[in-house]
Amino acid sequence: MSPPGQADRATGWAIEAHGLTKAYGGTRVLRGIDLRVRRGAVLALLGPNGAGKTTTVRILTTLTRPDGGRARVAGGDVVRDRAAVRGAISLTGQYAALDEEQTGEENLRMMARLRGLPARAARRRAHELLERFALTDAAGRRVGTYSGGMRRRLDIAAGLTTDPEVVFLDEPTTGLDPRSRRTMWETVGALAGAGTTVFLTTQYLEEADRLADTVAVLDRGRIIAEGSPAELKRKVAVERLDLTLASRAAYEAVDVLLGARAVHRAPAELVLGIPTDGSAGHARALLDELDPAGELIARFAVHGATLDDVFLELTHG
Amino acid sequence: MGEYAVLTGRAIRLTRRSPDALLMALVLPVLLMLVFVYFFGGAIQGTSDAYVTYVAPGVLILCAGYGASMTATTVCDDMTGGIIDRFRSMNTPGTAVLTGHVLASVVRNLVSTVIVLAVALAIGFRPGAGAGGWLAAGGILLLYLCALSWLGAAAGLLAKSPEAAGGFTFFVLFLPYPSSAFVPVETMPDWLHGFARNQPVTPVIESVRALLLDRPYGDAPWTALLWCLGVLAVALPLCAWLFRRRVA
Ligand SMILES: Nc1ncnc2c1ncn2[C@@H]1O[C@H](COP(=O)(O)OP(=O)(O)OP(=O)(O)O)[C@@H](O)[C@H]1O
Ligand SMILES: [Mg+2]
Repeated sequence: MSPPGQADRATGWAIEAHGLTKAYGGTRVLRGIDLRVRRGAVLALLGPNGAGKTTTVRILTTLTRPDGGRARVAGGDVVRDRAAVRGAISLTGQYAALDEEQTGEENLRMMARLRGLPARAARRRAHELLERFALTDAAGRRVGTYSGGMRRRLDIAAGLTTDPEVVFLDEPTTGLDPRSRRTMWETVGALAGAGTTVFLTTQYLEEADRLADTVAVLDRGRIIAEGSPAELKRKVAVERLDLTLASRAAYEAVDVLLGARAVHRAPAELVLGIPTDGSAGHARALLDELDPAGELIARFAVHGATLDDVFLELTHG
Repeated sequence: MGEYAVLTGRAIRLTRRSPDALLMALVLPVLLMLVFVYFFGGAIQGTSDAYVTYVAPGVLILCAGYGASMTATTVCDDMTGGIIDRFRSMNTPGTAVLTGHVLASVVRNLVSTVIVLAVALAIGFRPGAGAGGWLAAGGILLLYLCALSWLGAAAGLLAKSPEAAGGFTFFVLFLPYPSSAFVPVETMPDWLHGFARNQPVTPVIESVRALLLDRPYGDAPWTALLWCLGVLAVALPLCAWLFRRRVA
């Protein structure tokens, strides 16, 4: 196989996308996506249902042509150098891409053979992967009998029969229980540790935070925020301190004191929200500052921001 | 070339492990044969002995076509599941995936053909063909299988769901009835003659029957050949086009 990774070794980018657009019918699904991922880094594309995550992945993995814009993956153009790009990547899509009627081992051997390994090497590789993904005991069982977590692990293993330079994982943990999710995180961590570039999509902020060097937030076909998890958190209140005021007068007084610092206002419930890091120190300092006499604030609660909050905040800002 | 072998092996394995496909491909043909010979045979020709010799080639064709058309379902399964994306992302050509299904279909139907033939011989089918006749009949049958399998693949690419793709199977299952497969065309109502004489299944059946029974076959084999090649000439580019359209 010719090494398609020459060009990106020079620039250091494993994935570079500029102004990607895509429409289905009259619906503009992607409205100009710009993304760059360094070799060996993990990028999480975070977005709600219908944001365009799968469409972005399909374009970057050469399965769909963009209407506009350009993208290079592993040094090759996703439209002009399709074969080279395909040789350097692997894709584990949102929905399982396995034969239910074949066993786990047969699936892996088939993928390895299709990647060009001879029969014997394919069998060896299948056994290695089964071992690595804790599927050895289930190797001889049909995939139709696997649990959701086992299926997802096999699905990811099936993408690793040859060591790809860039691994695409479309919502690898959706539908998994907490333990399987943790196992998946370890897998992604190990891939990144071995120098593989990982592009994953997720709907969970926590997951993006946990796994990614860079998080890009996608909303209705546009990247509305991008940066390291820490940068994103600074930009977006990940946690919020919600103060319930004792009276309307107290509400108005504190509202004036806070000014632009309040990111959430619910006058009917007399609630004001302020971004916080969740530490006791921050809460104490804030309460002391706003209500030194201890008369205005009735209750407070730390509110862990959901993805919804992030979106609301980002789209309002 | 390795991909073609790998994917054909895969498609055969999938067929072997799908109980309803196996039942349809292996048991149904034999049942149909018995139904025709023992339930209808007496009524149609007085004795079931003579009728088995008339009808066995018809049943062969019916089953071959039916089994081949199941390619529509297997292809559609692949296209609607996630696996086609994985194959494409691995740079596996679409033609290798389709060819795998078609070759599996041919293998599956050769097996069912042998079974039907064995049962037919056991219940009184007496073909008088020499080696040449058998070879020619086998060749036409094989070509017919290929043509219908590729047509089935096209139907599978066209159908939105495997259930819808199953509709093609019914169409193909029905086609041999208004032909000379089970009763001579003369016994049908006049308005059907035109269709029954000129539809593709008729020359295939006529030539296979004449070749196996060592009777004069006229130009039926050539007409059958033309039909099959014609269907292939349409189905192959159609598959390529439909595949590209489907994955675009
Ligand atoms: N082949 C297609 N034809 C028509 N519309 C499409 C097609 N693919 C995607 N869409 C539309 O594009 C939009 C974005 O879809 P996409 O699958 O990329 O979103 P997503 O972020 O992956 O969502 P989810 O979290 O639900 O997987 C959706 O409104 C979807 O209906
Ligand atoms: Mg998606």
